[in-house]
Amino acid sequence: MSASAHPTVGQTLNRDSEIVAVHGAAQKALAERVAKFATQDKLFHAVTLGFAALVLVALLGIVVSLLFESVPVFRKFGTEFFYGTTWSPTDDVYGAAIAIFGTLVTSTIALLFAVPISFGIALFLTETCPLVLRRPLGTAIELLAGVPSIIYGIWGLFVLAPLFQQYLQPLMIATGLPLFAGPPLGIGVFTAGMVLSLMVIPFIASVMRDVFETVPPVLKESAYGLGCTTWEVVRNVVLPYTRVGVIGGVMLGLGRALGETMAVTFVIGNANRLSSSLFAPGNSIASTLANEFAEADPLLHVPALFALGLLLFVITFVVLGLAKWLTDRGTRKAGI
Amino acid sequence: MSTRLYQRRKLTNAVGLTLSSAAMALGLIGLLWILWTLFYNGFAALDLNFFTKSTPAPGTAGGGMANAILGSLMIVGFATLVSTPIGILAGIYLAEYGKTSKFAAATRFVTDIMLSAPSIVVGLFVFALAVATVKHFSGWAGSLALALIAIPVVVRTTENMLNLVPGSLREAAFALGAPRWKVSLAVTLRAVRGGVVTGVLLAIARMIGETAPLLFTALNNQFFSANMSQPMANLPVVIYNFAMSPYPDWQQLAWGGAALIALIVLAINIVARVVFRDKVQA
Repeated sequence: MSASAHPTVGQTLNRDSEIVAVHGAAQKALAERVAKFATQDKLFHAVTLGFAALVLVALLGIVVSLLFESVPVFRKFGTEFFYGTTWSPTDDVYGAAIAIFGTLVTSTIALLFAVPISFGIALFLTETCPLVLRRPLGTAIELLAGVPSIIYGIWGLFVLAPLFQQYLQPLMIATGLPLFAGPPLGIGVFTAGMVLSLMVIPFIASVMRDVFETVPPVLKESAYGLGCTTWEVVRNVVLPYTRVGVIGGVMLGLGRALGETMAVTFVIGNANRLSSSLFAPGNSIASTLANEFAEADPLLHVPALFALGLLLFVITFVVLGLAKWLTDRGTRKAGI
Repeated sequence: MSTRLYQRRKLTNAVGLTLSSAAMALGLIGLLWILWTLFYNGFAALDLNFFTKSTPAPGTAGGGMANAILGSLMIVGFATLVSTPIGILAGIYLAEYGKTSKFAAATRFVTDIMLSAPSIVVGLFVFALAVATVKHFSGWAGSLALALIAIPVVVRTTENMLNLVPGSLREAAFALGAPRWKVSLAVTLRAVRGGVVTGVLLAIARMIGETAPLLFTALNNQFFSANMSQPMANLPVVIYNFAMSPYPDWQQLAWGGAALIALIVLAINIVARVVFRDKVQA
């Protein structure tokens, strides 16, 4: 093929025509192989793409199936489903307000305790912890994140709830606040919130630790150089610098807390009542699902539970989406 | 210059750092306390009967968790078989082809959310898909629910691991004329196989304790059964039912089951961290 392009070497080419022929065959074989590789590559691309698409399809499937299954309840109750305060399978009346309220209250209690403690843990791990201990202690916190929620649930039911009943709740009831009214049952909304807070601490703490580590050392060293104490460095340099990521970590914890099922179901008390007292038994969206679904009547009770599930999924999706967006922004800063 | 200002700053610092150490101590105490009560109450139940006898009828003493252990092994086993190849291939797509595409970004976003999404919703979805349609609970449905929970874990670890492979390694393989699929499977994936195995292990650890999605997919079964088309006993659901029951014998078994699950999960986590850590970084 190069003969016409280089007429000056024509003579040599003639002499080596046999070599050219062999070369041509080899080239043809090579072209075939390249073509084969190309098809294989296309196939490989398609297969991996297909599996990646499967993940998206699964998500879509969840939303569509929940919507589809909950149609009857929306047809019957309309938007009243979201703010109705009666949830009574015996009368076939379903309003989600109690479950929504329980979910929000338990998650709020959880964050109230988990955020400062997680911040303390992250601060300890990044600033004051001796280097030797940094890795094992970090791993311990990560192990806590790996403990299945049913373990937290059984521990909360048999260990934490009796302790609260005996020691903590009588003291709090003695304050006379309406928030802490009623008998000390041990189980209830408050205990559920406490177990949840222990559960989400490792998630929030590890995000906070990760974003704290993105602070350029030169910034901290400058502050130390000016005579700042460790606390002042964290308060005035680290926190402002990592604000977005920290909020993202808190949102991640919130997302976890809202959707957590087992840890809550064990200790919340499973009562479909609204109560102003945190010590009263209640229900969250997830615990209602766990308690009632397997024995629910398929006509309206099951659709109502599907509607609750849809609500929970939409809420957590928004919260977790926000969390991811924020933590991504928080950690990307490290590159700048 | 007032020394009071300095004293106050010093005091704030001391208080802040003390509280921070206290928070760390609280976290550690929480972990140790949970483990201690778990093993203190659980090990008493972990005898031979626990592994050889089936769950007892209400109020009767004795019995064990053999049917639940078998059920959990089978449900988690099949879920692992399904989710591992899907997760790895999807992870390869994201790492090797999906650097810039919008589709890959969307997939990545969705997997990240699915990692933390409420698992009970996955149970609802599988109920609608695989239980309501055939009108009975089954071990297969449980496996499907767990696989949906495991896939995001495998996808994300695979992708993260593949992103650690230096570009020069890929380029060297391409320069030798290797096709792209061969580079992906035989070079890059092979280079990070320790990390990918870690991902699969972590996914298994996640599935073993997962209760919510099994409540209305696999349900429970009082009898010893290896039939995946029928309701199937499994450790988490039995633990839940027994712990909430009024019978002390059942509660004892629930502690045993919880201790067993915690042991397995902790062992997997530690093995994944210690054994495969060096390979991941290599």
